[in-house]
Amino acid sequence: MRLTKFIDMLLFSLTKISAVITMLVLFLIIVYILANGIPHLRPSLFAIQHTADNVSMFPALVSTLIIVLLAMSFAVPLGIFTGIYLVEYTKKGSRLVALIRSTTEFLAGIPSIVYGLFGMLFFVEFLGFGFSVLAGAATLSIMVLPLIIRTTEEALKSVPDGYREGSFALGAGKLRTIFRIVLPSAMPGIFAGIILAIGRIIGESAALIFTAGTIPQIPQNPMQSARTLSVHMWALSGEGHNVGEAYATAVILLVVVFAINALSAFVAKRLTQY
Amino acid sequence: MRNFQYFREMAMSRIFLGSAMCSVVAILLIMMFLFVGCLPAISEIGAANFLFGENWTPMNTPPSFGILPMILGSVYITVGAIVIGVPIGIFTAVYLAHLCPPNMYALLKPVVNLLAGIPSVVYGFFGMRLIVPIVRDISQILTGGGTGASILAASLLLGIMILPTVISISESAIRAVPVEYYEGSLALGASQTRSLFFVVVPAAKSGIMASVILGIGRAVGETMAVVMVAGNQAVIPTSLFRGARTLTSNIVLEMGYAAELHREALIATAVVLFAFILLVNIVFTRLVRRRERREK
Repeated sequence: MRLTKFIDMLLFSLTKISAVITMLVLFLIIVYILANGIPHLRPSLFAIQHTADNVSMFPALVSTLIIVLLAMSFAVPLGIFTGIYLVEYTKKGSRLVALIRSTTEFLAGIPSIVYGLFGMLFFVEFLGFGFSVLAGAATLSIMVLPLIIRTTEEALKSVPDGYREGSFALGAGKLRTIFRIVLPSAMPGIFAGIILAIGRIIGESAALIFTAGTIPQIPQNPMQSARTLSVHMWALSGEGHNVGEAYATAVILLVVVFAINALSAFVAKRLTQY
Repeated sequence: MRNFQYFREMAMSRIFLGSAMCSVVAILLIMMFLFVGCLPAISEIGAANFLFGENWTPMNTPPSFGILPMILGSVYITVGAIVIGVPIGIFTAVYLAHLCPPNMYALLKPVVNLLAGIPSVVYGFFGMRLIVPIVRDISQILTGGGTGASILAASLLLGIMILPTVISISESAIRAVPVEYYEGSLALGASQTRSLFFVVVPAAKSGIMASVILGIGRAVGETMAVVMVAGNQAVIPTSLFRGARTLTSNIVLEMGYAAELHREALIATAVVLFAFILLVNIVFTRLVRRRERREK
């Protein structure tokens, strides 16, 4: 009897200890990065031009924005259309749906370095894009496609069938029903997914090194190489003498990623107001 | 007018179908380019020599391309990450799903999401600046040497990085167990904790396994964070405090300057990774499907 009580106590405290460890780890990472990074946040880190002296992250910030916009302009329409097809146009148990769904799942599992290698072989070399913003964005758009498809699917599924039936009963065609009734109601969920995808792109580095390259400049056109903030941070951390600047870059990276997470959670919460 | 509308409906449904086929095409392209890219290497080196060769010396004459050290490096580091991350993850998931008060949940859940959102370079940098020096101190006390960049450091860091995956999937698996199981066990006189760990958790077994499998996938596929803390020596690792190189690190470290056979051997390394992830994926879908079938 005493033994079972002891095991109960042990298991119960283990759950608590684990939860505390999980929280402590996050706080440790945040505090450690902030404490070491904030003192190094100097105005020169945001100079327009990157030089070996100021290691400015400004070009990287602009390049990140460009790559995000470019990648999303490929991935968002494709992802949303795929979601619409899977939810609105297919019957349950269709072979094609099973195929598309399992390939999407598989795409989600591929490591980013494999995407990077594929992007190098296909976009950079086979299609002749060279190390360029375009090649990087194209690679990343494939990488985030599964995320957008899945969230779109879930958002569309959560729209009650009564909306669709009501629209059909009023004489609207299928397309009109989708674009005027179903999509607007599913928008918050889809947006939350898109924002998460943006977060993934901002955090990505392995898939970009061999596709977009690592040149610290603001690209003048999509065929030029550029590094995003994550790649910039990786490059800095590899050089032993820019440790402070690497911490400062990590601070900015954390702030951006957390802001994006918060935004996604906020948008997703609006979904539940229906 | 009717005709035009019909045409538009048809055209758009084709566009939707076309978009949906894009992910299938993407997979096919990825497989094609990787497999075609690695064929010359495999035929020249030989599959067995490549997979089980113990020496990776691409710059020697004659060069030697054996990825056994990298396969073992990936395996050891992943096992270490699982040993560290999975127990903490599962216990946290049990806490989240059943034991924690609502205000704790409102704090802990965002913590898990934020852990998932931290970029791998930031994890890697954190590991390089904090975990590696600590491991170095421990290793100097225990073995009298070592730089700290080691299997242990990489396992610790990856153990942290797989936490969010393990926690969120295990949590939903535990929540999916019908509440009658729990209540039935309570009614039979078992305590709350006992019901949870001896009835609910076993019932959620396949979902929890799925979370571990996905964690393994994440750990094997992680690149940048591992490169920054694992030491990257391409030799068969002999101790927790020695450095090791993973399959992913091998690609990212050498692809920048590799040419010809060396390059093809790196692509073949990616194919090995790809095959491994395919395996992980198949096991994962099996487990999830089994759970869904049981729920029906």
